[in-house]
Amino acid sequence: MTDAPIRAAGSSPGAQSAPIVSVRNLTKTYKMGEVTVEALRKVDLDIARGEFVAISGASGSGKSTFMNILGCLDAPTGGKYVLDGREVESLSRDELSLMRNRKLGFVFQSFNLLSRTTALENVELPLLYRKDTRPADNHEKALAALRAVGLGERVHHHPNQLSGGQQQRVAIARSMVNDPVLILADEPTGNLDTRSSIEIIGLFQGLNVKGITIVLVTHEPDIASYAGRLIVFRDGNVVRDERNPSPLRASDELAKLNPAEKIA
Amino acid sequence: MRMSALLIIALRSLARNKLRSFLTMLGIIIGVGAVIAMLSVGQGAKAMVQTSIASLGTNVITVFPGGGSPGSVRTEAGTTSRLTEDDVEAIRREAEGIRYLTPTARVSAQVKFAGQNWRTSVYGAYPEYLQIRNWNPVEGVSYGMSDERGASKVALLGQTVVKNLFGEGVNAVGQTIRIKNLPFRVIGILESKGQGSFGQDQDDIIIAPYSTVQKKLIGATYAQNLTASAVSEDAIPEASAQIDEILRRRFHIGPSDTPDYTIRTQTEIAQAAGSVSQTMTVLLSSIAGISLLVGGIGIMNIMLVSVTERTREIGIRLAVGAKGRDILLQFLVEAVTISFFGGLIGVALGAGASTFLSSVQGWAVKLSLSSILIAFIFSAATGIFFGWYPARKAARLNPIDALRYE
Ligand SMILES: Nc1ncnc2c1ncn2[C@@H]1O[C@H](COP(=O)(O)OP(=O)(O)OP(=O)(O)O)[C@@H](O)[C@H]1O
Ligand SMILES: [Mg+2]
Repeated sequence: MTDAPIRAAGSSPGAQSAPIVSVRNLTKTYKMGEVTVEALRKVDLDIARGEFVAISGASGSGKSTFMNILGCLDAPTGGKYVLDGREVESLSRDELSLMRNRKLGFVFQSFNLLSRTTALENVELPLLYRKDTRPADNHEKALAALRAVGLGERVHHHPNQLSGGQQQRVAIARSMVNDPVLILADEPTGNLDTRSSIEIIGLFQGLNVKGITIVLVTHEPDIASYAGRLIVFRDGNVVRDERNPSPLRASDELAKLNPAEKIA
Repeated sequence: MRMSALLIIALRSLARNKLRSFLTMLGIIIGVGAVIAMLSVGQGAKAMVQTSIASLGTNVITVFPGGGSPGSVRTEAGTTSRLTEDDVEAIRREAEGIRYLTPTARVSAQVKFAGQNWRTSVYGAYPEYLQIRNWNPVEGVSYGMSDERGASKVALLGQTVVKNLFGEGVNAVGQTIRIKNLPFRVIGILESKGQGSFGQDQDDIIIAPYSTVQKKLIGATYAQNLTASAVSEDAIPEASAQIDEILRRRFHIGPSDTPDYTIRTQTEIAQAAGSVSQTMTVLLSSIAGISLLVGGIGIMNIMLVSVTERTREIGIRLAVGAKGRDILLQFLVEAVTISFFGGLIGVALGAGASTFLSSVQGWAVKLSLSSILIAFIFSAATGIFFGWYPARKAARLNPIDALRYE
């Protein structure tokens, strides 16, 4: 697979309005012996290029299931999913890997960094799985990504030598290093305190400004208010989908949180 | 992913569990060491048998009276054709494929010199017996046809006989020894031939003219066997067939009847010995192969454990875009790294054991480059073969299942 056709579609004037994510009748059913759990029941959703979407909903409502399918980590039971112009059902295992590598970035609640591996190597990881880059460039790119998330001084630290917030920054650096079109974050701030949470959201907002579409799952209404659109799940369905005309800006909120820091 | 990156991942993962990696390697080390040692011993034995067969002479054909193998129970007197000097003359006249030919007679006799006693085999044969066996006197000379015709009491002594009869530093040539109390003049001493194919001492021998031994020591006219050499190695089958044809005619044996003599060629003996040592090599190698197999199962076991332990890591790699092939290679490289280093240490150990067996134990051991290569290739192949299943298992994981694995 080459990404040439996708780029062409993206840059053509007509495709500009085409959503980056488009799901129709998406279902996911888990079978465990006699019991079947319908985690997603016919979800229809479009997400436009450049949106910042927050997803919330009760525990077990199907948010993670939905995110994993969007991230090509899991396959739906039924329905259609078009990602950046490509029908995901028709892709082979290798093509899905390529999608995850080039188009997608994933940030997890539990960070999912390789232990006993430095921050730099963790960020380099997606670059190692593409054949069209030189090792020296990989290094530079990974370093740049770590600097962008404010960890330029910690590149040789192992995950267990970093705080939770710092680990999540490494994960964000890793998700952005291949210049994806879509970053999916499943409760990225779930394990962090308020301040670190806002800092992380700030990073996402920065990426969003550069044109990367962000979809973020959160339980906290505070965090959701930084997004331009809020989607609520209940029992595997989208029950609310509304725009937020004036999302909060993380930089403003951080300044309010600790005015002393600004002076210093 | 680049090979160098895969290698670094493999080495790190092995370094993380040093003891476990070493124990896994141990199976391969022992297997490869055994392969090397066994092949060396097998090839050494083969080489030893080959030299001792070569010491029989060149292109040798032997005719024994009696059917079947020499020394078998079927050599009862009366039912057996008796080989005489007339047969020898007939074969010499008619068989073109034969260069040298002699009847031989053997008797065990007490030999004396100046109060020293020694029991040995005395061979009676024409002078050309020495040409057939490629055997030359190191001192003195051989006897000639005139000694044969005159039944002279002259003798050639093997080195063992000289040592036991004369001791060190005495010039035996020219002395007179007594064989069965008859005086024989020592005219030459034979070069040493060492051990024969059955471990017997080939130097414990006295050779004298055929007529002398037959008339003076045995009192018979029948040869115990005929020893001949063909004109060339290629001529052996032809020469053997010619002898057979002549003897059948002389003894009135039909072409389809079983003759009551046996013709044995050096090629046959070499083949028989070769197949014995071949069997031995195969046997030893299969024992070694089994230990390599056990080592391979050890690798498979540990790789399965490693895949399970690192399921989340596999999930992370898949999530950031690793293909199944990348994961497969990662674990395959790890398995091959174990077996490669195991093979390396095993080769060193096997070579050491071979050297020990040859220098300290005095075994005939031949360490060859080919056996080292074989062992190496086998150990790497073991890594690929037994690493394949766990690696494929890792490569087939679903990203989400791997990430959720606890
Ligand atoms: N692997 C699985 N096997 C069986 N059932 C599953 C599996 N994963 C999720 N489920 C079920 O699917 C439903 C949706 O789960 P999901 O993880 O998507 O919820 P969620 O909205 O992310 O919840 P939370 O906010 O607690 O993370 C739940 O009822 C859950 O029990
Ligand atoms: Mg969830």
